[in-house]
Amino acid sequence: MILRRPFFWIILLIAAGFIYAPLHGNNVSLREDLILVAIAIILASNLNLMIGYTGYVNFGHIVFYGLGGYVGLYLTTVRAWNLVLSALVAGVVVSLCAFLFGLAILRLRGAYFALATIGILQAVQAFVSNFDPWGRSTGMYLSFNSYQSLGGARRALWITYFLIIAVMALSMIVSLVIKNSKFGLGLFAIREDEDAAVVLGVNATMYKAIIYSVSAFLPAVAGALMFFKNGMIDPSIAFEYMLSLEGIVMLMLGGQGSVIGAALGGTLYEKLRSYLLTSPVLSNFHLVIAGGLLLMVVLFAPGGLIGWVYRLVPRARKVIE
Amino acid sequence: MNSLLEVRGVSKHFGGLVAVSDVSFSIAEGEIMGLIGPNGAGKTTLFNVVNGVYKADQGSITFAGEDITGYSPDKVVHLGLARTHQIVKPLNDLTVLENVTVGACFGREYLDKAAARKVASEVLQRVGLGDRADTVARSLTIAGKKRLEVARALAAKPKLLLLDEVLAGLNPTEVATMIELVRTIRDSGVSVLMIEHLMQAIMSLSDRIVVLNLGRKLAEGQPDEVVHNPDVVEAYLGFPDIVDKLTRTD
Amino acid sequence: MSGVLASMIDGVLVGAVYGLAAMGLSLIWGVMDVINLTHGAMIALGMFCMYLLFAATGINAYLLLLPTIGIGLLLGFIVYWMAVHWVVGRSMLMSLLSTFAVNMMVIGIGTAVWSTSPYNVNFVLPGITLGAYTFTGNHIAAAISAVVIALALQLFLYQTRTGKAIRAVADNREAAELMGISSTAVLSIAFAIGIALACTSGALVSTLFPFTILSGGVYQLKSFVVTILAGLGKPFGALVAGILLGLLEGVVTPFIAVSWIPLIEFGLFVVVLVAFPQGIFGKRATA
Repeated sequence: MILRRPFFWIILLIAAGFIYAPLHGNNVSLREDLILVAIAIILASNLNLMIGYTGYVNFGHIVFYGLGGYVGLYLTTVRAWNLVLSALVAGVVVSLCAFLFGLAILRLRGAYFALATIGILQAVQAFVSNFDPWGRSTGMYLSFNSYQSLGGARRALWITYFLIIAVMALSMIVSLVIKNSKFGLGLFAIREDEDAAVVLGVNATMYKAIIYSVSAFLPAVAGALMFFKNGMIDPSIAFEYMLSLEGIVMLMLGGQGSVIGAALGGTLYEKLRSYLLTSPVLSNFHLVIAGGLLLMVVLFAPGGLIGWVYRLVPRARKVIE
Repeated sequence: MNSLLEVRGVSKHFGGLVAVSDVSFSIAEGEIMGLIGPNGAGKTTLFNVVNGVYKADQGSITFAGEDITGYSPDKVVHLGLARTHQIVKPLNDLTVLENVTVGACFGREYLDKAAARKVASEVLQRVGLGDRADTVARSLTIAGKKRLEVARALAAKPKLLLLDEVLAGLNPTEVATMIELVRTIRDSGVSVLMIEHLMQAIMSLSDRIVVLNLGRKLAEGQPDEVVHNPDVVEAYLGFPDIVDKLTRTD
Repeated sequence: MSGVLASMIDGVLVGAVYGLAAMGLSLIWGVMDVINLTHGAMIALGMFCMYLLFAATGINAYLLLLPTIGIGLLLGFIVYWMAVHWVVGRSMLMSLLSTFAVNMMVIGIGTAVWSTSPYNVNFVLPGITLGAYTFTGNHIAAAISAVVIALALQLFLYQTRTGKAIRAVADNREAAELMGISSTAVLSIAFAIGIALACTSGALVSTLFPFTILSGGVYQLKSFVVTILAGLGKPFGALVAGILLGLLEGVVTPFIAVSWIPLIEFGLFVVVLVAFPQGIFGKRATA
């Protein structure tokens, strides 16, 4: 049934593009560019489930990514587990924690919830910084041997890349499926008017907890894969508040509430960011520009880029979801 | 006729303010019960307690033989008790059809999306919103939004429908249409408890009436008795003959 | 145990400054139902404001509070017209994001101008010695300044026409407009005052501890905790709750590492939100 939606095939096409482009010609620098775009899309797509679909702003979204990285790296390095298994377990563990935490903080509405998510990010970072088995503030390093199990460092990097592209495609597919499902309709009802939704029979408490934990799963898996690829993790790079903020900017830029919005926003912003970081302009201006962009979007185009497209071409809504 | 809803000794207070005090009544199957009283009498609060938005401080509520005291609103809808709101709550950025589909998806029958959409279309035809199915809810008129509230509640296939001032803000034509709609709802087998200030409507629709004042039940019974009850006249109606004047068709 | 007592007293003094910061947040939240996510950045700007004024003039830092308040008001008006005016009354998501965007911009500019190395305001008042303990003069002066400003705010809100207008708009904006109160004027003034309070608290903090442009974040969290504890719309409640928070910190600091404190405060934040929906002293607007 999902196969009947044209956008599903567009997603597969995009993923195929991501795989083919750097592979053809063994273009490692393109791969490194695209992997950052893919991560951006993964984070933005899953954040969209909370913000765009359910109307709950998660400022601390990056915590899932960082925790996934930690669990994954711990399992591959300290426990010498297989990469795919570690990544999946990381996803399960983090989304389980998210579910439990979610039940507690999702009782909070609107802004209180948003603030609580910042708190969770800071709390987890503080905790991990003091947690011995995970290297406290020094973090953990991947032993070079870990790449051997995948056939050497060069092959390992390509395999990790493909896995991340798969996670990216999955993120978008999950978004698409939920958007068209009964569960998604319940989320939209919660977003529009939570009290009315409950009176209409939506079990808001359970739905919110479920979507919160779903929105944690793939970012955690991606984190496990990405930090494995990078070979190291520490609290400051795992829980970079900046990445959380950028996720929000990306989503608003592309257009929250749609699947393509997250992908568009992620791609555009990532391009912008790499341009800024390599230009003579100090990297900290990228924060100013990100903030400025966000402000422009909120004030003038709350539907983001795709919202503008939908207004020009209303029929696009059916195909480009 | 069996008792579909039984409210027994229900009280609800907010801090020092007593909103509802020791109210009891019951509604039979196939009945339209009117709930009237001055503003602030506790009518909407009573609705909120019955459908689970508030927890009763005292008393019990039994619906179709099951004790639903303390159940959350979503659980109550699944049992077949739906309600509309006095101040309408449309799901603004969803279309009219999507709004009603929500009602059908999460109501008593808990349908899947495709089946729910069919039910929603039928209900929209019934309430007269069929041609507005793809309009965004935000852009409806107040009358349209009120009909949307009713449609959403109906889509849940309730056994009992709580209507909270569904006629407020409507012009005479719209009122007449809505009154007819309520009648057809009852005729299709759904019992109705309606809060209303419009006495013509109450008199023409209700099988029985309950009167609340200052949180307490003041009177209950057949419409004719209730409106001539001196306490009711004093607390709410004003003149003994007012209802006769209002319902006289000239 | 008297080390703990000294720590507690210190905590109470610093707590008054927390209360001052929270008052700014609480005022804006209570009046226009906007959660000001520039709060932390404004506190940091207040720190730098004091630094620059002091470096330029060398005047007693506590006297420099007056121009700081003025600069804070100006900043407040700028931010109001830049980002806030257009989102008042729109969904909470939009107002969160718009103030958040301004926050990002300020931090970005601040980091570019001042980098992240620590700064200091080297103005020290002589302390007071009681027995074996010396209470730094700066702490005492900061606490006194905070209380004085809080009193001034209280007077303003209850004794002046503008202040009453602000309270009216906070209570019921439509009704206030019907009474002829220009809600835009009131909202912009209230917002400006809220920012000024944040800047002033930052200025006071600058005399107590070294700081960077990023230091505001910690005080923002504390402000949220205090605001939630106190409930909205009660400036004095915020002051008292701030002092209580400072007291709690004073009790806890001798025993655990400083890095755990934000965690404890966050925990407190969530617990209070869930257990006391109305705040301990007052009302909370719907979020």
